[in-house]
Amino acid sequence: MLWTRKDLVSIQELSTDEVSLLLDTASAFKQVGTRDIKKVPALRGKTLVNFFAEPSTRTRISFELAAFRLSADVVNMAADTSSLTKGETLKDTARNLEALLADIIVLRHSSAGAAKFLADRLQASVINAGDGAHEHPTQALLDTFTIWERRGTLEGLHVAIIGDILFSRVARSNIHALQKLGARVTLVGPSTLVPRWFEEMGVTVSHKLDEVLEDADVVNLLRIQQERQRKEYFPSLGEYTSLFGLTKERAKLLKPDALIIHPGPINRGVEIDSGVADCAQSLVMDQVTNGLAVRMAALFLCARARGAGAGDVPTV
Amino acid sequence: MSNHFLLRNGRVIDPANRRDEIADIAIVDGRIADPATLEGKPGVETLDCTGLVVAPGLIDLHVHFREPGQSAKETIATGASAAAAGGFTSVVCMPNTTPTIDNASVVGWVEDKARKEACVNVYVTGAITKGIAGEELAPIGAMFKAGIVALTDDGHCIQNHELMRRALEYARMFELPVMDHCQDYNLVGKGVMNEGYWSTVLGLPGWPSLGEELIVQRNAQLAESSGTPIHCQHLSAGGSVRILREARGRGIAITGEVCPHHIALTDAAIESFDTNFKMNPPLRTQRDVDQLIEGIADGTITILASDHAPHCDFEKEMEFDRAPFGILGLETELGLFLDLLVHKKKAISLPRLIELYTINPARLIKIDRGTLSPGAVADVTVINPDLEWTVDKEASFSRSRNTPFHGWELRGRAVRTIVAGKTVWAL
Repeated sequence: MLWTRKDLVSIQELSTDEVSLLLDTASAFKQVGTRDIKKVPALRGKTLVNFFAEPSTRTRISFELAAFRLSADVVNMAADTSSLTKGETLKDTARNLEALLADIIVLRHSSAGAAKFLADRLQASVINAGDGAHEHPTQALLDTFTIWERRGTLEGLHVAIIGDILFSRVARSNIHALQKLGARVTLVGPSTLVPRWFEEMGVTVSHKLDEVLEDADVVNLLRIQQERQRKEYFPSLGEYTSLFGLTKERAKLLKPDALIIHPGPINRGVEIDSGVADCAQSLVMDQVTNGLAVRMAALFLCARARGAGAGDVPTV
Repeated sequence: MSNHFLLRNGRVIDPANRRDEIADIAIVDGRIADPATLEGKPGVETLDCTGLVVAPGLIDLHVHFREPGQSAKETIATGASAAAAGGFTSVVCMPNTTPTIDNASVVGWVEDKARKEACVNVYVTGAITKGIAGEELAPIGAMFKAGIVALTDDGHCIQNHELMRRALEYARMFELPVMDHCQDYNLVGKGVMNEGYWSTVLGLPGWPSLGEELIVQRNAQLAESSGTPIHCQHLSAGGSVRILREARGRGIAITGEVCPHHIALTDAAIESFDTNFKMNPPLRTQRDVDQLIEGIADGTITILASDHAPHCDFEKEMEFDRAPFGILGLETELGLFLDLLVHKKKAISLPRLIELYTINPARLIKIDRGTLSPGAVADVTVINPDLEWTVDKEASFSRSRNTPFHGWELRGRAVRTIVAGKTVWAL
């Protein structure tokens, strides 16, 4: 299987083989992080622009470190310091970056489709670091990688995604990735935040968390996005927690080997109890570590497909 | 301008007179005349229309010509040329310009510019409310005197039912039809595409059908209680057709129009995030498409129009949720409806299609067009209903290029457009 895409804009468009290749490549790169010298020359001399038109800490730093470990040169750009605030269009901003001979653009943007918009217009590789409520492909890759590391396969696993599904790009990318890898997905949340059309994507929708928890192999919690929550979706965070929070009591319903993942940042005491977030079943910190490896894999494969990368995946 | 013009041996379709026969159409001094009067006369310009359809000049009830204020998108002159190239002899301009057409002086400015620069008839609508802000009535009486043919806040929708009710009552004194862009702001919010499976997959804000249907329902009830006719613009949702059918069945003076994109495309097209599939109201589902076509076929929908909405390339080439709504329509609408409704779906006959584009809109806005009656102004469209052609956006007369139909192969188009006896465009 050869990777031929210069861009990673969505999980939806990938084949199962492509998802698997990304995970296998990530596995090889994860070994790099265990070495004394955590760096390979794969993208030496290449320029990566971290273009974050929407706030992010963890994803931006993760991409930045991933690029460093591949020996790329990295420039960070945030919306409030870019010309987007002066009315420059996304297209013009991106063309300027290309004129500066950027090889890879990592884009975080509040508009669904923004990464595809750039990918269709630029020679540079475009990596989607989250586009509106559409997709966040590297998050799905690190989530599935983390599950795969623990369980060896995703085939047949039952994964419950819980929370604000409607506004979540993580949910959409994870649905695609989990289904492609053979997992069964149940979405759980207030009926206002899990519209019925999700069922047409081949998932189950439930509003009874307790029943789902008893059967789940993996619980994928989502952050309740307080900053964009409008009052009509649910009455209060308190009511949300009482119906859909992974409280201490609810955590007891979980199978002993069930795994808990969360893309962060966590709202302790809202979607997850603070103690549960830190328990042995919680893989939140593993996810962060694995994020580096999958982002190295994505950057490496896309840059190489564009002809900008050098060498092979490091062998252990 | 030829004083004597004879269109020979065409299939003359004039729905206003229930006429559909092979015949000659004579034009003398810009008006329709009895062909017998031209017999034996020298200097008669003759056009052989064998195999072609000779119809009253088509009327597009819904266009945006962007002047004053947005001439980078379109001008009255370029819009009129696009209309002519689409077979349209008359267009009705929407008032959401900059400044808004909400007072007599702007109405006069547009009429004057059209008289000087447009090759087709340009009719003007006035805003119902000042600045189309939906808050207070515009000077409707003054605009009526200045010559507007209808009232509309198109692009916007009066949310205050009491204000809409008073506007309808007020318009009745002038017998001005009121046209409404049906959109409930609370339900639609920041929606940019149909709320449904595809908005869910793509993560784009949804614009639910309900946001249109509830206003159509409101309008049915307001038309009934006020007695003033309401015309619902660019209907997109199947439910709107059902409401309209029920209301019309009870004799309420309410009408509806449908645009070609709403039957030619569905929201699945937005998977590409191509902003040429972004318009307001949005593309909906196949089920809506089927219900719109059913409404056209059973007589619920009585008018077809384009909602011709030019935008510059750099404006449309944006993130999907930030790009403006709207697409070009004048040069593709006849071809699309002929191809889809008459040829492929066989939903309506060719004479019925012409009726929806001529006498029906003419009656709504009370203009003396849309017929080939002797003595009428000789606005004529010659159509080749079977001509196969390919849409080429670069060949457009519009100043803009925002069409999703570039490269489409269609059957049927206008081949000549005659305004008051003068050929303004021919293929």
